[in-house]
Amino acid sequence: MAGGDELKLLGFWGSPFVLRARLALSFKGLSYEYVEEDLKNKSELLLQSNPVHKKVPVLIHNGKPVCETQVIVQYLDEVYGANGRPSLLPVDPYDRAMARFWAAYIDDKLLSSLMMMSMGKTEEEKAEGRKQSSGAVETLEGALKECSKGKPFFGGDSVGYVDVVLGGFVAWVRIIDRMTGLKIFDSSKTPILAAWLERFGSLDAAKAVMPDVQRLVELSKMRQV
Amino acid sequence: MSEAEAVRVIGLWASPFVIRVLIALKLKGVKYELVEEVVGKKSELLLRSNPVHKKIPVLLHHGKPISESLIIVQYIDEVWSSDAPAFLHADPYTRAVQRFWAQYVDDKGTDDGGKDQAAEQLSAALQLLEEAFVKLSQGKHYFGGDSVGYLDIALVSYVGWVKAVEKIAGVTLLDKAKVPNLVAWADRLCTHPAVVDAIPDADKFVEFSVTYGSFSKPIINGPK
Repeated sequence: MAGGDELKLLGFWGSPFVLRARLALSFKGLSYEYVEEDLKNKSELLLQSNPVHKKVPVLIHNGKPVCETQVIVQYLDEVYGANGRPSLLPVDPYDRAMARFWAAYIDDKLLSSLMMMSMGKTEEEKAEGRKQSSGAVETLEGALKECSKGKPFFGGDSVGYVDVVLGGFVAWVRIIDRMTGLKIFDSSKTPILAAWLERFGSLDAAKAVMPDVQRLVELSKMRQV
Repeated sequence: MSEAEAVRVIGLWASPFVIRVLIALKLKGVKYELVEEVVGKKSELLLRSNPVHKKIPVLLHHGKPISESLIIVQYIDEVWSSDAPAFLHADPYTRAVQRFWAQYVDDKGTDDGGKDQAAEQLSAALQLLEEAFVKLSQGKHYFGGDSVGYLDIALVSYVGWVKAVEKIAGVTLLDKAKVPNLVAWADRLCTHPAVVDAIPDADKFVEFSVTYGSFSKPIINGPK
């Protein structure tokens, strides 16, 4: 693309959704300006760019805003789909439908159960969260087996859409593990996912944007006060 | 295997999510067989085809199952790409805007807020969609411009229920004074050949609601 292609990402360092967008940008090798938002004092730019939800992440491409994480990731994949940049979504329509299905599942079931588990208001709620997340993780183990067909990632040989979507939760999974002493991706129960977590987390493109786990633990403790 | 047997939809006529899939198939001129579920009892076929969520709709294409209505609609758009205009716009930015609003529609449509809040929230949502329509249609007939697009399909699927709620609750949601463009759009799209058979009269939805108690739960969540 010719010069004058400007990418900006409005975000918050502790958000798994922002992390997802940053992972997509990182894996596609894209340069962008990152703007850290103070969520208690949202910028004019954020409020103007996402008037409906007023949330991060927001991708601003040549002044035009794109909102909602999965919409952002698909947009980046479509705009920067050629010239040797890796493609996140597969080519075959059925495989694409499967990738979208699992991405939706992660946001629907895994997210809600992890939130219940870590931020539930009562012990019962937290226990229910643990139960549900356990079920969700087991289902994802099956999904990874099916999608990867023995290869390292949901996307096969290389990182794909579902890897990026789940990747947004990697830091969060690590802090929940640290704070609860439990292992969400337990290698004895879900060995393939546990291996995926290590493998994904060690990729340069992931390490470049992964927030500091200790900082996240402190943030999480602050929120629970 | 006949052409129709190659494409099957597991569903229920009253579900907005199933309606989406039927409209999408009709727009592409694809012959299909509708396998109707019985409310309150999930078939073996459904449980086998969508073991994760056990919900309708499920599209079976040459036996391979695809679930989640908007994912199915995108699949149909991609597989039958040479039939009928594309649902998703050619321009990636416009596509992103269409996807954004489709997600918004589903977030609001499946909101479990209290009854009073629900009417207010729905009104506010319709107002935003009215503005979105003006921007996206650019003076043409549909959110997709000249042709019925992704967002048209996502939103029109709720119209039968919205009209039923208007009758049951005695409110006006599709208010010509407040959302004139949406009202005109709904009237126009509901008479479109690909839509007219997929969305029965509001009275049918009212009847369904009376028969099965709550009108939203069995539909939004699929038969239990």
